[in-house]
Amino acid sequence: MTPFVYARADSLGETIAAGAAPDSAFLAGGTELLNWLRLGIAEPTRIIDISRLDGLDQVEALPGGGLTIGALTHLNDVAQHALVMRDYPVLSQAILNAASPQLRNLATIGGNLLQKTRCAYFRAEEQLPCNKRQLGSGCSALHGINDNHAIFGWTEDCVATQPSDPAVALAALDAVIVTAHRSGGRRIPAAEFHLLPDTRPEADNVLQQGELITAIELPAPAPRSAYLKVRERESYEYAIVSAAAVLEMDGQTIRRAALALGSVALRPWRLSAAEEQLAGAEIGDREALSTAIEQSFAEARPLSQNAYKIELAKTAALRAIERAARMPS
Amino acid sequence: MMISQPVARPDGGVKVTGRARYAADYFAPDLLHAVLVTAPVPAGRVTSIMVDDALAEEGVVRVLTHEDMPKFGRFASPRAEPDTQMQQAEGPPAAQSFMPMQGDEIRHEGQPLAIVLGETLEAAEAGARRVALRYEFAEPELPAPPEWTAIDKAAVVPRESGFLFLEPTFTKGEVDRGLADAAAMVEAVYLQPSRHHNAMEPSATLAEWNDGELTLHDATQHVYGVRQVVAARMNVPAEKVRVISRHTGGGFGGKGWIWPHQVLAAAAARIMQRPVRLALSRANAYSCLGYQPRMAQKIVLAADRSGKLTAVQQDVVNLTTVTDDFVEFATEASKGLYATPAMRLSQRVERANVAMPTPLRAPVEGPGTWALESAMDELAHRLGIDPLDLRLINHADTDPATGQPWSSKKLREAYEEGARLFGWRERPRKPQRDGDWLIGYGMATCSMGCFRNPTPAAEVRLHRDGTVLIRTGTQDIGTGTLTIFPQIAADVLGLPMEKIELEMGDTQLPEAGPTYGSSSTMGVGAAVLAAAEDARSQLARLANLLPDEVEMQDGKIRRKGAAGGQTIADVMSHTDIGEITGSGSFDPAQHGKGLAMRTFGAIFMEVGVDPGLGLLRLRRAVGSYSAGRIVNPRTARSQMTGGIIWGWGMAAMEQSRHEPVLGRFLSKNLSGVAIPVNADIPGDIIIHFVDEVDEHASPIGGKGIGELGATGVAAAVANAVFDATGKRIRELPITPEKLL
Ligand SMILES: Cc1cc2nc3c(=O)[nH]c(=O)nc-3n(C[C@H](O)[C@H](O)[C@H](O)COP(=O)(O)OP(=O)(O)OC[C@H]3O[C@@H](n4cnc5c(N)ncnc54)[C@H](O)[C@@H]3O)c2cc1C
Ligand code: SF4
Repeated sequence: MTPFVYARADSLGETIAAGAAPDSAFLAGGTELLNWLRLGIAEPTRIIDISRLDGLDQVEALPGGGLTIGALTHLNDVAQHALVMRDYPVLSQAILNAASPQLRNLATIGGNLLQKTRCAYFRAEEQLPCNKRQLGSGCSALHGINDNHAIFGWTEDCVATQPSDPAVALAALDAVIVTAHRSGGRRIPAAEFHLLPDTRPEADNVLQQGELITAIELPAPAPRSAYLKVRERESYEYAIVSAAAVLEMDGQTIRRAALALGSVALRPWRLSAAEEQLAGAEIGDREALSTAIEQSFAEARPLSQNAYKIELAKTAALRAIERAARMPS
Repeated sequence: MMISQPVARPDGGVKVTGRARYAADYFAPDLLHAVLVTAPVPAGRVTSIMVDDALAEEGVVRVLTHEDMPKFGRFASPRAEPDTQMQQAEGPPAAQSFMPMQGDEIRHEGQPLAIVLGETLEAAEAGARRVALRYEFAEPELPAPPEWTAIDKAAVVPRESGFLFLEPTFTKGEVDRGLADAAAMVEAVYLQPSRHHNAMEPSATLAEWNDGELTLHDATQHVYGVRQVVAARMNVPAEKVRVISRHTGGGFGGKGWIWPHQVLAAAAARIMQRPVRLALSRANAYSCLGYQPRMAQKIVLAADRSGKLTAVQQDVVNLTTVTDDFVEFATEASKGLYATPAMRLSQRVERANVAMPTPLRAPVEGPGTWALESAMDELAHRLGIDPLDLRLINHADTDPATGQPWSSKKLREAYEEGARLFGWRERPRKPQRDGDWLIGYGMATCSMGCFRNPTPAAEVRLHRDGTVLIRTGTQDIGTGTLTIFPQIAADVLGLPMEKIELEMGDTQLPEAGPTYGSSSTMGVGAAVLAAAEDARSQLARLANLLPDEVEMQDGKIRRKGAAGGQTIADVMSHTDIGEITGSGSFDPAQHGKGLAMRTFGAIFMEVGVDPGLGLLRLRRAVGSYSAGRIVNPRTARSQMTGGIIWGWGMAAMEQSRHEPVLGRFLSKNLSGVAIPVNADIPGDIIIHFVDEVDEHASPIGGKGIGELGATGVAAAVANAVFDATGKRIRELPITPEKLL
């Protein structure tokens, strides 16, 4: 571990001013940043502890409907918040399926979106050929072990996936990520927050140096929503594939559907083509649902070892829809 | 009677509160912290190790390379018979003959090349990152792709060494005739991946020299083994080496034999003339210690129409390192499980530039029962016979390989009780469904050989105040010996558990052998029993009673059946002796001559498979065992449950994957290597022991149980998956892509 300076920010203004310095990093729960320091994935010289910043750890209803979640809210506090459980079950379920209770007590929702891929080559104890560790060093997974890698949106530069569970729910919910920066803040649609490897494979998301996530805003309630996570063990494990479904229904007919898959690409993958065709489908008509989902898989491209994930992802999407439909409205 | 009581662990408190001290918790004044720099490639030669940047790090004291190291001595395995080739052969308790840092050669990825020593761990770690290696890359031998043709082609007959415990081939009867006569046959290949022990505590050694004498605080399953091997490597007499290991944070075989890091810590401390602590990182634990090797097993089972086996053929190939031939004797299961007129078994190895494998909880029969018990299930289905009946039909009344009678065997009872507790006979035969889950039932036979380590010794000191100290140089790896040894002494001496203290884990205590092979209760337990009886006899003589005619109860000694009695204090106050020291040992050669010994059992499992999502989950299990006398049903139950969970890990998720290009383990951390978590394990696991005493195996009447529970499980799971889905999975672990 490389030595660093530790500083605690007292105000938002101070934080974003300090964060602008190159090689500085924010520290929230520290559950991810510490891994990077230990593995040499990041070597910041200045760590700015934001965990005690005031006012960023609340979940509140927005005046015009919807909810705002402070970026420093602990994962368990988000998942167990009465409004989240009632109005956004997909988010609550996604969080409760993430990590372990201990980690969720410490980890923040803002930090969660900034976690990096779990690609084993990337997370190795020493630097292996990996464009995300060192641009230009190549991608070991492309011709190596890639059974758990991407089926959408990959390039030969990187075939990894983004592992966050909450991010998948947020993408399906059309959430907005609100940031603050010295040059002013932004509102970023959740589905556009993470970057595919096509332009800058080393970058994970659109944030600039020193840009702070302050809140996540959820639009109107989505009680008919559900999250499904597939993994070889029952708990404390990242997804092989996950699926988030958000439905609006007229009786047994789907009026509007939003679907996102997790762990299939470097960003939560919205199934837009499927969503379009799902509008008007009957929930009991499995064949119609499957045909609709199929539309979005035209662009799926398997790697040498992960073709099975395509079938798995289709089933996961279908099951998530059916689960969402069973939720009380 | 204390024996057979469900006594709670006296060590529970110190363990859950963190007061128990493990090797890396020890400190010495002036301590240096060591961090290993390891080979980044699987084969080649180091051409230079540049240390200047590392030394420039604050707190880094020195970087040691092969040029600084002493020439390590050879360690000749004491297993070797005199006057044979074997005498020269290195072997256990040394984990491998190859010692790193003796030259510039690289034999496997992760091999130690340099040791960075720092005033703090942080300094040493920072220094290790700054060591620059130059090396010449050589084309490595990498593991063949995981399929029979490739592995068969790469396989060779293992060479003579201390690791070749048995003949690599075994034949009995006329196999070809058995095959020709068969009414049904199964021929199949079963694969399993390499798997690490993943003990919670990575190995650690604190080495300290004082006037030419070495003290090691070590994480080990064998303090005396560490002493032998480190002394030989360091070219000092064994008496000059003291090894202490009060608690070891899980072993599972990974700390059974002695690995290079223990020697390197001692060498670094001698060079530096300062104490050195080398605590392996989790990543080191994947490449500086062993693992159960990747294996392929081809089995042919032939049977007549009634289901009776006519021939068994098994070819086993396990991966090993280029310098030593570790042999995983999976064929032992076939030698010991079923009656058959003919068998032909062979063991070969596949050498590659990988780290040295080693035994892992349920070695030998663990892999052996995976293949054999899967094949038996396939045979049962082919013959249309219930899998349990097929096993009963082929029950071995004597040892199948030698024809010897068993020391004791109550497998039929174990089958019957297990089947009853599970409801095996009443299980639904039609496909079952629970929502998206297909339900399946599977069973398998469990069995382990009876490993009896020669001559563990113990001492029991009885004090005037009625307290007792047991002293024995075995070690605590968490299995429950801290509970049952006091229980045994308490039983003999008629004292409550609180009066009994136990000192273990030190080469200054009587030698008591390794804690592996499920051998401690039988061996060390018998030694404690003998020592306690010796102490009681001495007390009897002081009390003018005949040793063979006394009993002790409530702190008093008296003639058997008599009332009252004299207290220990009263008896001892007649003399000026402050304490009585009883000694005892256990010599397996004196017990059970000419008898075959094994433990047995049956595992019944119900699993759920979600074929849409490729999910496999355990719903319930029953394990029923014939393992001799159970000294403590509570610790025994937790051993068996742990074994079943261990087996579930093997069946459903565990694997250390060999990266095909880089020649390393893909992941060297617990985030990339899945092992079961609580949520995977249902509460509904029933453990049953058949009432049994095996007086031939040990005077305790018990046999080993620590590994038995882990055998058979993987096959039972695969058999249940077949029952649920009609899919026969022959490659472990049974992960989603295999079930879709
Ligand atoms: C063993 C383990 C298992 C896990 N399993 C899962 C899982 O199954 N599913 C899942 O989704 N996640 C999982 N996680 C990830 C976990 O949820 C994240 O580590 C956690 O949410 C990160 O939050 P944090 O507050 O600890 O972030 P930190 O570690 O403090 O920060 C992470 C990064 O985010 C930056 N950062 C933090 N907050 C802000 C902010 N407000 N604005 C700008 N930058 C910020 C930091 O500078 C840093 O770069 C797991 C983690 C571990 C260690
Ligand atoms: S997939 Fe991406 S993260 Fe993994 S090795 Fe390739 S470049 Fe690195």
